[in-house]
Amino acid sequence: MKIIADTGKCVGAGQCVLTESELFDQSEEDGTVIVLNDTPEGELVEKARQAVHICPSQALSLAE
Amino acid sequence: MTTTEEPALQFPLVRECPFSPPAEYRQIREEAPVTKVRTPEGKQMWVVTRHEDVRQVLNDRRFSANRFHPDFPVLVEGGNALRNRPESERSMIAMDAPEHGPARRAVLGEFTVRRMEQLRPRIQQIVDELIDNLLAGPRPADLVEALSLPVPSLVICELLGVPYADHEFFQEHTSRLIKRTTSAEGRREAFETVRAYMGDLLAKKEAEPTDDLLGRQIVKLREEGTYRRDALVSLGFLLLVAGHETTANMISLGTLALIENPEQAAAVKADPGRTLDAVEEMLRYFTIVDAATARLCVEDVEIGGVTIRAGEGVLAVGLAANRDPEAFPDPDEFDIERGGRHHVAFGFGPHQCLGQNLARMELQIVFDTLLRRIPDLKLAVPVDELPFKDDASIYGLYRLPVTW
Ligand code: HEM
Ligand code: SF4
Repeated sequence: MKIIADTGKCVGAGQCVLTESELFDQSEEDGTVIVLNDTPEGELVEKARQAVHICPSQALSLAE
Repeated sequence: MTTTEEPALQFPLVRECPFSPPAEYRQIREEAPVTKVRTPEGKQMWVVTRHEDVRQVLNDRRFSANRFHPDFPVLVEGGNALRNRPESERSMIAMDAPEHGPARRAVLGEFTVRRMEQLRPRIQQIVDELIDNLLAGPRPADLVEALSLPVPSLVICELLGVPYADHEFFQEHTSRLIKRTTSAEGRREAFETVRAYMGDLLAKKEAEPTDDLLGRQIVKLREEGTYRRDALVSLGFLLLVAGHETTANMISLGTLALIENPEQAAAVKADPGRTLDAVEEMLRYFTIVDAATARLCVEDVEIGGVTIRAGEGVLAVGLAANRDPEAFPDPDEFDIERGGRHHVAFGFGPHQCLGQNLARMELQIVFDTLLRRIPDLKLAVPVDELPFKDDASIYGLYRLPVTW
């Protein structure tokens, strides 16, 4: 599985960072998402799914 | 459905009690989840009540956030204070794509999760000092005065660079702005007064930029050659107003929820790792900003089987969505274990609350500290005697008399 982030859509709400700070961070410059690890494994897979579900702007998706 | 008939239902509706949404919300959601109602201006507006539909409305570019437009739906007589204001005053909350993104990103860096984490020690210090004062003072005490209002006001003042000494001034004007009973004239006056205050403050900062959000914006925008005082007044105004009244009401209501649910309070106290879950549940359960998530349709859209036409107003009813059993099983139960982070208490889509991680941080610190330092906190009057803000566009409490 691979996490795909569309920073053009991201509104910097930080909900993904709150969900899992091992996978996501935000740019200091403009607050948009930075994917720290785009190939999560184990427990992080479920966290990635949660982040996709909760993101307010559909900026995150998963390629299985 | 015929849309020419005058709809029977008049918005806004009043909550049955602080813990229960207006009964009509459930009925609408079950029987006609997208339905037309009347507004206080005598106009018609769609209300959208299902969780899924609310998320769709708030994340669809065919619904505009242009609050300056004369047809933008509002829940007060005489229109909101933004209607027909000059274009130069527009801030992000009234912008659409493609303008909105850059305006929001210009300050987003000040509100990231990481930046908010850096504020933690200072917020903890503020909360500790206020609780010291509360404990040293008389009993019963009003928690709104002692804690709910000063915490977010102090924090947003320091962040923006607004003198806290002026807090009574802006708290009073904000409360006039959000009270539905304030006349249109009174709202305009409060609006102009706070704008003038912010203008004077920025004039001082232009002469000598300070190291705070407003000062840093002046420096940055000047470097880019795009600084306009009018626009920064609007941003400062938005952050000041959005930043204190909302969080203050959540502190009051959240404390009430903990007092009324002692078992869950005990669980949070035993494991501070649960405080954020409790905060999310409080946000969902009370959904204090229920009437601000309005939009103006600019292109026909089908939502929940109903066609909304360009030019029509829509309200995405957050409280109805947050009590939708399809999204939250047993929605009327207050349950900190439910894992309901997909609530829409901060809105959804591009305008989802910019200050949400500041609010979360403040709420988390306040509840952790209160539970630890005043474990036997209780109400000094029965719940049904508490003065709830049934007449304000942001729900909350005017006073919360507590003792210990
Ligand atoms: C518990 C506290 C809070 C609640 C419940 C809340 C709720 C909301 C909601 C529902 C919206 C969306 C409005 C819409 O879609 O039309 C919003 C937007 C906004 N909030 Fe908050 N808010 C809170 C705290 C804060 C704080 C502390 C700040 C600032 C420091 C803030 C600043 C903003 C701003 C600037 C927007 C507009 C964002 C945009 O248009 O892109 N809020 N808030
Ligand atoms: S949750 Fe979505 S919008 Fe928010 S920062 Fe993450 S990717 Fe961006």
